[in-house]
Amino acid sequence: MKGNVKFIQGNEACVEGALYAGLNFFAGYPITPSSEIAENLAFRLPQQGNKFIQMEDEISSICAIIGASLTGSKVMTGTSGPGFSLMQEGIGYAVMAEIPCVIVNVMRGGPSTGLPTAGGQGDVMQARWGTHGDHAIIAMTASNHQDVFKMTVEAFNLAETYRTPVILLFDEVIGHMRERLELPEPGDIPVVERLRTSVPGGVDYHPYLPREDGRLPMSDFGSVHRYNVTGLYHDMWGFPTSNPEIVHGLIRHLVDKIENNVDDIVRYKEFYIDNADIVLISYGSSARSARHVVESLRPRGIRLGMLELQTLWPFPYDMVKEKCKNARHIVVVEMNVGQVVRSVKRAVDAPDRVVLANRIDGMFISDKDIKDILRVIQGKGV
Amino acid sequence: MAIKDYIRERFFPHMWCPGCGHGTVLNGMLRAIESLGFSKNEIVMVSGIGCSSRISGYVDFHTLHTIHGRALAFATGVKLSLPELNVIVPMGDGDALSIGGNHFIHAARRNLDMTALVMNNRIYGMTGGQYSPLSGYGIMATTAPYTNIDHDFDVVEMATAAGATFVARTTTYHVRQIKDIIRKAILHEGFSVVEILSQCPTYFGRKNKLGSAVDMMAAMKENTTPIGSKAKKENPDLIERGIFIQKELPVYSAEYDKIIKRAQAEKEP
Repeated sequence: MKGNVKFIQGNEACVEGALYAGLNFFAGYPITPSSEIAENLAFRLPQQGNKFIQMEDEISSICAIIGASLTGSKVMTGTSGPGFSLMQEGIGYAVMAEIPCVIVNVMRGGPSTGLPTAGGQGDVMQARWGTHGDHAIIAMTASNHQDVFKMTVEAFNLAETYRTPVILLFDEVIGHMRERLELPEPGDIPVVERLRTSVPGGVDYHPYLPREDGRLPMSDFGSVHRYNVTGLYHDMWGFPTSNPEIVHGLIRHLVDKIENNVDDIVRYKEFYIDNADIVLISYGSSARSARHVVESLRPRGIRLGMLELQTLWPFPYDMVKEKCKNARHIVVVEMNVGQVVRSVKRAVDAPDRVVLANRIDGMFISDKDIKDILRVIQGKGV
Repeated sequence: MAIKDYIRERFFPHMWCPGCGHGTVLNGMLRAIESLGFSKNEIVMVSGIGCSSRISGYVDFHTLHTIHGRALAFATGVKLSLPELNVIVPMGDGDALSIGGNHFIHAARRNLDMTALVMNNRIYGMTGGQYSPLSGYGIMATTAPYTNIDHDFDVVEMATAAGATFVARTTTYHVRQIKDIIRKAILHEGFSVVEILSQCPTYFGRKNKLGSAVDMMAAMKENTTPIGSKAKKENPDLIERGIFIQKELPVYSAEYDKIIKRAQAEKEP
């Protein structure tokens, strides 16, 4: 274990996690601040006999990984805000056709070209609702490289388990910061392989007929089962239909397979929640500052607790409600005009006790930014 | 295997309008595949959105019906991930060259071993007859009620410039040539582009007073000529049919295998 310590960027930690999870096909397009993911995989994947391709844009990148996933590959693409916008139609397709894939969005300041080299967390709602139409989605994040690695592995596991795109919402600060990563040994973190059908060739296979547990065993393109894959509403063979009963059943399945498994999907960390008067809720790089505030103020007698969200979607409403039930104040720390704070307000019993501590100038949120808000809440002024 | 065994008969009759040329393309394509003796499990058909793209629903291969314009991008993932599959990508003119134009030129440039069919009826049929980038100047369409002032381009020249290693053109009038050319396109190792001029009597024909499907097919006979024919010299306005480009260049997957070898050799201490 000791020999496997690296001092690397968050983007590289993501690459290490992806390779640990069994990534064997990556397609991407250069964009700051995520390009190191593509560069590292261009170097690493061929060494393992696996595939890397730089596509002509982000639209084709996500399409290529979906095509590769259908042949049985574990697939990923990496991008940042502007590219993430372009990927939305592909994400919707992967939701509808139930294709396992991982999309890394190393967030930068937006909207538009925004702040290419500065941090931001403004894509949380885009991850949720960026593609059109009703759907459910999984989005994960992390605040340090050990967790970047772990969440990347988990993202692959969830994508393969639920046959869905999973979005990794890192940010520029995490992506470019150098930090220690202790590489887990094989087996330390479980790696999930996709469920493949046991139906033999020549027997009617239903690629889109969920089992009782909601899961759908797949059959790789090129093997014995021929079926159709489409972004249209489709029947259990994958053929287009507008039969209202089938349409209703499919959209319910697509949403329920995620929303009914929140407990399985949700990852979070908590610090001093049990006796906290004030709970800070944060995620990604912002959680580093929030944690620092908690650790520095608790010795001074301020009863601070903290909840670090690692799964942003599906939002863990029940968990947040439970953890905040005794808090007098809840402070959401994020680098946007207020995105996760909306969900927190929906989750808790007293939404008027929820305030936002944020920063939207491309600068990393500091402990002082958060402490100032805490002083105001406590009636002490800044 | 009989042609019939390659189709998903339960979806017939097909959804194309009476007189549409796309059924003829389906017929010619299946005859080409049948003549090559492929098993159905070896073929992946990737299509986009539009009348033409519905072709993938009717054939009993691994079929991937994707997003408008993106078929070649999906196909790139399929082919690079599993190069032993035969990948055929039928597209319409708007699908392949308007919304999908960027993917088209870059797929051609990479020389992945796959076959792109452009079923060119010069109109967006499924959405009701809007002009496409291949409609051409002076054409009437539902979005060009005062005539189209957009100029078209030549698919063959475009594919050639982009680096496709097999480029051909035929029409739905020349049914035997469809089979012959698609067969050669599939056999060709590299990125093949086959433009098939197809008639849309419902929208393109009606808007432009071109008569029935039969009249439109007769016009394809009149307006086209084999590559380098005497008729072409006498009448430069004739559209040439046949194989324009057929050259051997290493395919993408073979080049990628070399990258793997190089990467693995450098990894060794």
